[in-house]
Amino acid sequence: MADEKIKKVSIICSKGSLEGIYPALIMANGARMEGIAVNLFFTFFGMDAITKKKVKKIKVATVGNPAMGIPTIIGAIPGMSAMATMMMKKQMDKLDIPPIDEFIEMISAAGGKLYACKASVDMFGLKKEDFMDEVQSIITVGDFYGLAAGGQIIFT
Amino acid sequence: MATKEIAGKTVSLTEEGYLTDPSQWTREVAQAIAAEEGISMTDAHWKVIDFLKKDFAETGVLASMRRINKTGGIPTKDLYELFPEGPLKKAARIAGLSKPTSCV
Repeated sequence: MADEKIKKVSIICSKGSLEGIYPALIMANGARMEGIAVNLFFTFFGMDAITKKKVKKIKVATVGNPAMGIPTIIGAIPGMSAMATMMMKKQMDKLDIPPIDEFIEMISAAGGKLYACKASVDMFGLKKEDFMDEVQSIITVGDFYGLAAGGQIIFT
Repeated sequence: MATKEIAGKTVSLTEEGYLTDPSQWTREVAQAIAAEEGISMTDAHWKVIDFLKKDFAETGVLASMRRINKTGGIPTKDLYELFPEGPLKKAARIAGLSKPTSCV
């Protein structure tokens, strides 16, 4: 523990599946709980985590996910993803891991700063109003590096 | 494990300064630990500590940040203001409970 303490982390959330988003949120929240400053930068489908219309509809990927242990053809059956999502959510609730929208509110209340990626916002034709109120602003990659300066960057 | 004199009481502590024997906890000990953390206890601080102790007595586990908010009725934002730079760790230490083991 002789190494210098981490003071700031900037976490990039680039995936829109349940298992893609949670690691970023858990790491962000965990950092705040240790007194580490946090920036969360949402890009591409990762933006679903902060998009009002999408945040409650995020699902586990049951196709193209070999770790699920079910054949892709079974994973593709309608309802499979919803079922896997439901099971995972139930388990998470037991462990007191909040749903994504509540987690976003929690990280924001904890002092974490949330941003959406300008390039992705333009590409998907989104506006600031499409995002949850906790989102500070839409920023460019350059702005992100500016905010991240002097800290660690984590890509998920 | 080490023993240390806090607020005129000899208490056993882990390496990280958490009480190992909850029966050694008193409000004076809590106040002294808080002072070590740079916190001077107010009613708002005690509300958190009292909830943690009561909840631990009922469930046997340290409440999570979410539980302190949902069940204890203390907003997350307030927790970070009352116990800056690590609310759950500091509050648990002041409450004489063990170090948080959960990731959330």
